[in-house]
Amino acid sequence: MSTEQNNPDSLIGASIRRVEDPPLLTGQGCYVDDVKLPGILHVAIHRSTHPHARIVSIDTAEAAAMPGVVCVLTGDDTGDLALRAPMLTPDMNMPEHPVLARGSVHAVGAPIAAVVAESRALAEDAAAVIGVEYDPLPVVTDAEAALEDGSPLAHEELGTNHCYTMKKENGDVDKAFAEADHICRLHMKSPRLVAMSMEARGVLAYPDPIRNELTVWMSTQGPHRSRADLANSLGFPENRIHVIAPNVGGGFGSKGCVYREDVLVCHVAQKLNRPVKWMATRSEDFLTTCQGRDQAMTSELALSKDGRMLGLKVRVVANLGAYLHSATAGPPQRMLVMAPGCYQIQDVRVEIVSAFTNTVPTGPYRGAGRPESVLNIERLADKAARDLGMDTLEIRRKNYIQPDQFPYRTGVNVVYDSGDYEKSLDEALRLSDYDRLIRMRDEARERGELVGVGVSTFVEPSGGAGFESGAVRVDRTGAVTVLTGSSSHGQGHETVWAQVAADLLKVPMESVVVRHGDTIAIQQGTGTFGSRSAVMGGGALATAAERLVAKAKAIAGNLMEASPDDVVQVEGGFAVAGVPERNVTWRQVAGAAHAKGTPAGMDPGLHEIAFFDPNREAWGFGAHVALVRIDADTGELTIEKLVLVDDIGVVLNPMIVEAQVHGGLAQGLGEALCEQMVFDEEGQPRTGTLMDYAVPRASTMPPLILGETETLNPFNPLGVKGVGEAGTNGAPPAVANAVMDALSPLGIDHIDMPYTAPKLWRAIKEARKG
Amino acid sequence: MKHAALPINVAVNGKARAAEVEPRLLLVHFLRENLGLTGTHVGCDTSQCGACTVHLNGAAVKSCTVLAVQADGAEVTTIEGLADGADLHPVQAAFQQEHGLQCGYCTPGMVMTAAHLLETQPDPDDDAIKHALEGNLCRCTGYVNIVKAIRAAAEQMR
Repeated sequence: MSTEQNNPDSLIGASIRRVEDPPLLTGQGCYVDDVKLPGILHVAIHRSTHPHARIVSIDTAEAAAMPGVVCVLTGDDTGDLALRAPMLTPDMNMPEHPVLARGSVHAVGAPIAAVVAESRALAEDAAAVIGVEYDPLPVVTDAEAALEDGSPLAHEELGTNHCYTMKKENGDVDKAFAEADHICRLHMKSPRLVAMSMEARGVLAYPDPIRNELTVWMSTQGPHRSRADLANSLGFPENRIHVIAPNVGGGFGSKGCVYREDVLVCHVAQKLNRPVKWMATRSEDFLTTCQGRDQAMTSELALSKDGRMLGLKVRVVANLGAYLHSATAGPPQRMLVMAPGCYQIQDVRVEIVSAFTNTVPTGPYRGAGRPESVLNIERLADKAARDLGMDTLEIRRKNYIQPDQFPYRTGVNVVYDSGDYEKSLDEALRLSDYDRLIRMRDEARERGELVGVGVSTFVEPSGGAGFESGAVRVDRTGAVTVLTGSSSHGQGHETVWAQVAADLLKVPMESVVVRHGDTIAIQQGTGTFGSRSAVMGGGALATAAERLVAKAKAIAGNLMEASPDDVVQVEGGFAVAGVPERNVTWRQVAGAAHAKGTPAGMDPGLHEIAFFDPNREAWGFGAHVALVRIDADTGELTIEKLVLVDDIGVVLNPMIVEAQVHGGLAQGLGEALCEQMVFDEEGQPRTGTLMDYAVPRASTMPPLILGETETLNPFNPLGVKGVGEAGTNGAPPAVANAVMDALSPLGIDHIDMPYTAPKLWRAIKEARKG
Repeated sequence: MKHAALPINVAVNGKARAAEVEPRLLLVHFLRENLGLTGTHVGCDTSQCGACTVHLNGAAVKSCTVLAVQADGAEVTTIEGLADGADLHPVQAAFQQEHGLQCGYCTPGMVMTAAHLLETQPDPDDDAIKHALEGNLCRCTGYVNIVKAIRAAAEQMR
């Protein structure tokens, strides 16, 4: 991917260095835990050590009597204070989600009592001496097991582990399968992953009883949505809550919703009329923050003998964990819009069944259902080719949606905007020197080595989940402010929105300031997740800027005594078309806009807001190629080459886009190579710290080759598509396909990720025994 | 449990600091809570992530694994003390130039580790850089641009 600018005159497309970096590089960033207020109280939480139990008794007396302890709360004190999730189907089952346990716990880590103390250390000391007597109950941790008859119940009172079922069917699936020459079947599970943002969750609430207001600093990806969720849970007016997302140390989907501690801390602060803070320890983050994936997929692909994909059936069983956060039930539904991937399969049946278990709740994590969907169809495509004795590239080429078919209505009744999957694949093959890789593999195989090549091609929908807002304001002196609802937590919005605004207004980038992450400063917003910022935040900003320029042209025309139709934008302002010496600056226009200089009938001011919602997602796409080697004696997997080609339409800042690809890729490789949250049969987490849960390190990263193609998004004012999740979508199936290719001489046709050395070693040993 | 406070004297970013601290107080909490130097971050509770890395008598250490009382008489440099006024340390400048940070939370630890590496090893290759970063986790960047930045800083500093 080039980091050079396509059009040297345009700020859009330039690799501008980030304006947000200097404070972050010098220790001047301000994350929630860095906010200092006088008189802060600290909360520590006593959590369940049992995955499922009735609470017999809670003894808080000793804790309450300890020095520095202000109060100790249990579920009896917080009562009905609870989180609420949306009903997705009329008959969806929803367990209680109280901020502190009321009579029972359903996962290790469920909060039972909260200590409020003058320091964090004192609060933790006191929380540690709280005594809880449990009556343990049977446990279920696996979603497929949870749906079997006679399974232990994750929540006794629900009487079932079933949460919801959704179905979608298009065409004549039974006919397609009846007419098929071959049916390719696959059952696979995606590993449960931990988002592991480097900053764990945290919240600080500051009550103002005189004004009846509440200010909340939260490590969140969406302050406006969090404000509404807090208002609903607290029963406190939304317009009296001020949520601030200061610097946020990553989120990856997990900080999109409000958690129990957020509501609890606000409640305690209001009750005590003191500022109150809670910061998760890393261990608490492992036990309480929504985790990702954990879907089982059972699929059948109907094929003609020449490799045409005729029909597809997919059944997803999703593990929701013990409780429903607002976004928990969302990711599994991705299969409903993505099941056929890049392929022309019109006869499709998808069923999503979701289940409760006695584990940490799941929810969106980078990709949020996309990686599972891509893995499913791309593993199927590969296995189908193998079943039919076809080349894996040929089966893909034969079934791709063709460039002239866009906008294309897929077999799950979703319209893809644009695409050229073969071009993307060809670019990845070119960059990987594919024919040479295949020769190398074949030669290595001759020598008895386990070497494999894998390909994946994928779509990446971005920009869903409602509107985004953007505003551009030019003040009296001509200073430009962008107000975006798209709240940044590492994505570089302050730089990229300044680039876009400066480009559209034709002003120096330095004169633009970008504000975000504050519910008073910003009109409204949805937030940053699902690769949506460029598409949605960018779309809103571009729309607002367009309206602002139109108004400014009218004012400029008024000032220059010219028709607005004759006014053109020039650097720093406006001129009469063809008469460059007749011009006005933004400063003059802004001055006039605020001092009776607007044309008759036009409101004063220069402040335009857009609420943008194209009511469709943008469908980025790409192709990945992996070359892997497995040490047959140890099972150790090495990725020797990884090529990634992404097509996201117009690239706003190549440097930032490339880094988004790197980051997504690292998380995708984490899934493929080493990451998995494990619960034992008793429901105890086995990977609850960074000692046990393997996050990729610098040395995990293989050599990378990045490439790009550009297919514009016709439904977006900037022509953009999202990129944040590209690496998590495309890389795992490419690696999986390569690993299965490497192991194919041993007759192994599927192993679930992650491909740890012990797992591969065992599989190789078993296969050789057989 | 609260224990009798012990007196310590530490030179932090060149400034003498005297304090009475609980024996169990970690250096990272002393820096953050007592001195208000919040640039040093806490990212885990098992000494894996490296977000809290500072220099203790010139060596890069995880300040969550050092008691404040152990730093008595020592010189400590934190991320706040690395730049020379408005002039960024070459490692800081290279992290911006090469886009070696996204959310910024691991960044102070990464920069302190890298700065120490380049003082001891002026010309590390990529493997040496990756080896030096074994104790520092980043979840945003995939490390690609961090390694690039450290290489660029090394060149700048030689």
